[in-house]
Amino acid sequence: MDMDILANLSVGFGIALSPYTLMLAVIGCFLGTIIGALPGLGPSNGVAILIPLTFTLGLDATSALVLMTSVYYGAMYGGRISSILLNIPGDEPALMTTLDGYPMAKQGRAGDALVISGVASFVGAFLATVGLMLLAPLLANVAYLFGPAEYFALYLLAFCTLGGIASNNQAKAALASCIGLGIAMIGLDNQSGMPRFTYGNLHLMDGVDFLVAIVGLFAVAEVFFFIESHGKNTSIGVVLDKVRVPWRDLRACTGTMIRASGVGFVAGVLPGAGASLGSFLAYMSEKSIAGAKGKFGTGAPRGVAAPEAGNNAAAGGALVPMLTLGVPGSGTTAVLLALLMTLNITPGPTLFTDRPDVVWGLIASLLIANFVLLAMNVPMVKIFVKVLMVPPAVLLPGVTMISFVGIYSLSGSYFDLTLMVAFGVLGYVLRKLDIPTVPVILGILLGNNMEDALRRAMILSDGDVSFLFSSPISIGLWVAAVAGFIAPMFLRGVLKKPQAVTD
Amino acid sequence: MASDRVFGAVVILVALAYIASAFQIQASFMSDPMGSKTFPVIIGVVAALCGGVMVFKPDEEPDWPGLATVGALAITVVVMVGYAYALKPLGFLIPTAITATILSYQIQNRPVFAVLTGLGLSIGLFVIFKYALGLGLVPVPKGWF
Repeated sequence: MDMDILANLSVGFGIALSPYTLMLAVIGCFLGTIIGALPGLGPSNGVAILIPLTFTLGLDATSALVLMTSVYYGAMYGGRISSILLNIPGDEPALMTTLDGYPMAKQGRAGDALVISGVASFVGAFLATVGLMLLAPLLANVAYLFGPAEYFALYLLAFCTLGGIASNNQAKAALASCIGLGIAMIGLDNQSGMPRFTYGNLHLMDGVDFLVAIVGLFAVAEVFFFIESHGKNTSIGVVLDKVRVPWRDLRACTGTMIRASGVGFVAGVLPGAGASLGSFLAYMSEKSIAGAKGKFGTGAPRGVAAPEAGNNAAAGGALVPMLTLGVPGSGTTAVLLALLMTLNITPGPTLFTDRPDVVWGLIASLLIANFVLLAMNVPMVKIFVKVLMVPPAVLLPGVTMISFVGIYSLSGSYFDLTLMVAFGVLGYVLRKLDIPTVPVILGILLGNNMEDALRRAMILSDGDVSFLFSSPISIGLWVAAVAGFIAPMFLRGVLKKPQAVTD
Repeated sequence: MASDRVFGAVVILVALAYIASAFQIQASFMSDPMGSKTFPVIIGVVAALCGGVMVFKPDEEPDWPGLATVGALAITVVVMVGYAYALKPLGFLIPTAITATILSYQIQNRPVFAVLTGLGLSIGLFVIFKYALGLGLVPVPKGWF
């Protein structure tokens, strides 16, 4: 078994160390760090608007995957820069980093906070990539035992946990999933070939392109929010003077980083839970270990190290269910799943046997990308800090143009562009009403697979519904799904999210 | 309160229409025990239930923008749709410059800055898309210059 991993890894490094792939990884890390650092452009948005462009470049599957996962890892690193210096989290998981990062920056320790969080990101991402390497092949073997009934339960679990944890209201989370699933039904029925919900519109025959939906719901909706706020909630930020390596703090944080990585990785592996839960649990557990003496929330170095290690470990962990089962663990991995589907790669256990070059090339690139990112984010962090000065009045129009050109060059149709704007409006209204948008994306991505699984299960059992609960695996998944949906209702009072620091 | 109730009611209506239209799906001669209708109907029912919960247990009212901002957002939507339709017949440079200027002005009311942003983004992105990424964009319609 161990020999297998080493042999596979050497195949992977053979691919990843080619000058071309290496170049893509470096470009991806650089772009990703910028995207993460830009206030108002989180990892999901950034990866979403880059996918159509990557696709039109005509890269092969491995190259495209290496480029985009480097962007993904880079954005997770870069997100901490705007969290610490501007008190603006790029996305949900980065919120925890602002809690101690921004107070540290206000005390004149911005450089220290950036270095500590950079090293913590490295530890988290590195350990998670090792974890991915060890766990993914094992889970791929288990995944072979999955039949249609198990897959149906697994998809349900993903919707339940994602909705249950990410939202403040279960009904709204379930509604978001239904909107996505309902949209996925549009187009030709996979099994019978009959059109559904197309109302005679030829554009709808192929269904709604998930990239159009993703770019609309994430990027275009963000533009509307900036117009509403006039870019005003971009607070003034803190100046960064000298960057030195605070060795004493780093040594004091070693235990925190390792524990937080473990917590984050496990949270990331859970389908649907993802990075937000990872950084949240990592922060809260370290806070309770440190106790009152830890001074969490007032600029404690460990309060910066914990969520960053947890966040990045969860990002790596989220790749495990995404690659082995085709079920993403977070918004950004949902976007990466969209990338795989665009490239015609079907994630799942067979990916590990049929396309080992893709899987192990990707894992090796992630290991390399981590070292590249450590170099970019600790000694070269000052370059990326400059990115924060891009005003929203330039950034958001730019994001819009890139979104339009990306979708336009992908499909060349007015209909898709108009649909993208419509998804932007939908995304704005949903977010205003506190309805999460990630389940909508997940629904559009997984809807057809979920229906296929259910229909194949019904064919196998000749219409007997009890077949859905007939194996220990599927019963376990159903129980987890119900628990994942209901438990947050009761835990919401206990696990109250800390409020962001205000000036 | 009211927003959730209104949205919930809209969800119920849309879900009912969705279910009704699911029943209209033509059956095929190759049928499986579940058919093409069942899953969409389940989705519609669950969505309608969620809408019902929103009507009867609404959350606090969100912070809706004022009329002026709603107007600005409506203009933005119109401009974006217009941009979508202008991109092919009018080429990349001119529609992009105009749209980016308007969007930039909507975010921060600084006219000169907005015009410079529009021009800069239009030319800068064209160079990147055309020469660095090799996308087949048309700068201006044929025969204009």
